[in-house]
Amino acid sequence: MLLDPLRRTRAIAVKEVRQLLRDRLTFAMIVGLPLLQVILFGYAINTDVRHLRAAVADLAGTQLSRSVVSEAQASQVVDIVAVAHSAPELEALLRDGQVSVGLYFPPDFDRRAATGAEPAAQLMVDGSDPTLLGVAQGIARMPLATRYVPARGTPAALFEIRDFYNPERRSAVDIVPALIGVILTLTMVLFTAVAIVRERERGNLELLITTPVSTIELMAGKIGPYIVIGLIQVSIVLLLGWLLFSVPVEGSLAALYLAALLFIASSLGLGLLISTLAKTQFQAMQLTVFTFLPSILLSGFMFPFDGMPRFAQWIGELLPLTHFVRLTRGVLLRGAALDGMWVDVWPLLVFFAVTMVLAVLKFHKRLD
Amino acid sequence: MAPDYAIETRGLTRRFGKFTAVDGVDLNIPRAQIYGFLGPNGAGKSTTIRMLCGLLEPSSGEVAVLGYRVPEQAEALRRKLGYMTQSFSLYTDLTVRENLEFMAEVFTLSKSQCASRIHDAEQRYFLGELMEQRAGTLSGGQKQRLGLAAATLHAPEMLFLDEPTSAVDPQSRRDFWDRLFDLAAEGTTILVSTHLMDEAERCHGLAIISRGKLVAEGSPQSLMQGIDALVLEIESEDPRRCAALLNQQPYVKSVTQIGTRLHALLDKRTQGGLKQVQGLLKGMGPGCQVRETPANLEDVFVSATGRSNGAQHAA
Repeated sequence: MLLDPLRRTRAIAVKEVRQLLRDRLTFAMIVGLPLLQVILFGYAINTDVRHLRAAVADLAGTQLSRSVVSEAQASQVVDIVAVAHSAPELEALLRDGQVSVGLYFPPDFDRRAATGAEPAAQLMVDGSDPTLLGVAQGIARMPLATRYVPARGTPAALFEIRDFYNPERRSAVDIVPALIGVILTLTMVLFTAVAIVRERERGNLELLITTPVSTIELMAGKIGPYIVIGLIQVSIVLLLGWLLFSVPVEGSLAALYLAALLFIASSLGLGLLISTLAKTQFQAMQLTVFTFLPSILLSGFMFPFDGMPRFAQWIGELLPLTHFVRLTRGVLLRGAALDGMWVDVWPLLVFFAVTMVLAVLKFHKRLD
Repeated sequence: MAPDYAIETRGLTRRFGKFTAVDGVDLNIPRAQIYGFLGPNGAGKSTTIRMLCGLLEPSSGEVAVLGYRVPEQAEALRRKLGYMTQSFSLYTDLTVRENLEFMAEVFTLSKSQCASRIHDAEQRYFLGELMEQRAGTLSGGQKQRLGLAAATLHAPEMLFLDEPTSAVDPQSRRDFWDRLFDLAAEGTTILVSTHLMDEAERCHGLAIISRGKLVAEGSPQSLMQGIDALVLEIESEDPRRCAALLNQQPYVKSVTQIGTRLHALLDKRTQGGLKQVQGLLKGMGPGCQVRETPANLEDVFVSATGRSNGAQHAA
């Protein structure tokens, strides 16, 4: 019968769903993990640095210097918590960790600002915290450059930074789209990695391989239900992101779900491959964590991809999460269409194909 | 190979590293029979069955099951095979009905077959009240019935049972064997491995396996009649002392105690064995009686495998 393989695949899938619905822990993970992660990451991770403790040493004491100080304070980026009377005093405050930023206005501040030939004021930053350094450096350029230098018409080092897709610089907007990928990586790979190993451990496989079920039918039946679960998780994260953090959906939802489908497929492929390599459920979990860490660190989810060394970027390009993070940010924040992001679509397809082929080849319908 | 045998093997061998689990086994198992593998744990029974099902690849030797070469044609054979593993291998978190439905789907039975076979199984294996119960909550005997029901749902021509009743009470075991005789009467060939004598005795044909080798083969009756030993039954008030005395004799192959009685296996070539033993045990008092007795299956097993405390002393 032509339809026999489909019936066997469906039998495996139905069985898998029944088991899933009865396994409360797994079921709780499907819903609970996205919920927890969105709330944790959305609220806790904040690369948008505000309220830095700052000290001011205003040796100029002019109207201009005072207005710069009040401007800085109004931006909420810095909170002036101390006033120093000399440069060494300011340095001491920084060194002792009482403040992380020091604003120093030399006595000839007005003249320097007017000529624009040399830096008018000094921003001392606690460089021992790299994120802080980066952020403060950005701030340092802005108010002086845009406001005071053009008054004299000198175009020297003029930067106007405009943030296009996240104008309020809210971290959640960047993180939630990428979080879809992180949650899917964790749950999809883990569930399928455990799926076949569990049958082996419980002795089910010994019976199953004496039946006409083929390797491909077994694999297809196993991943089918998880594709649906993955799409449910995508919906949960999207909904939460929209409700809690007003994460926009600029592009089409269809494009997003299509991208998610591709990513889910490649994650499941990886999970199945792990499942054929591991001997116990514990090993399967270890292997999952082993693949999870590089995904988190090298995909551009946590650290900017462009800032990574070349070698790390190559590894990153091999990970499905890297491409999916780009796709979701593109579709959700920039309203991009998938056909414009083909360079990040085909790697997912290739990854899926390669892992599935390897898993099917690696899995023998034998016990030895 | 002649097709009138359900299973034929020539020189079937399986090695795990340096250990030879199955060593040059030749089998000819006729159709529609219950054929038993009798042997101690670790003798290679399960390994042999797994090779016959195509679950393990033989290191060397030839296998034909129902005329199919294994493992080359194992896939084509699967539809005609039923296999019941040593430990329960259905899904414990599915109900009895769901497990049976799963097996029916996997063997792609038609809708009507599916319904009627599951209904039959429900009747035949007394699963009626258990149908909606999770398989994990069943008792040992109930699990065994479900296992057999699932393994026979697609009406296989050949059924492999790997120590099916080791975790089952005697009553359940008797019921289980009644079902096996039903199946054999319907034409199913059944290969069952066991280390229980009462089970082995019910088989039509029997192979005694020891340390990976086939050491004796035949029907239980012919094996018992053809035993390569003289069997003496000794009744005594002090069987321990008698056994100790017998074990010192070079012509005694083994001594087994059964309650207050002893079974002693003597080398067949011993001249006047009965007289010798009677003379030996004269000093044990008037209650000590020695007589010749027909061999039981355990005697055959001990004689063939050379495994018992007595046998080690005699060796």
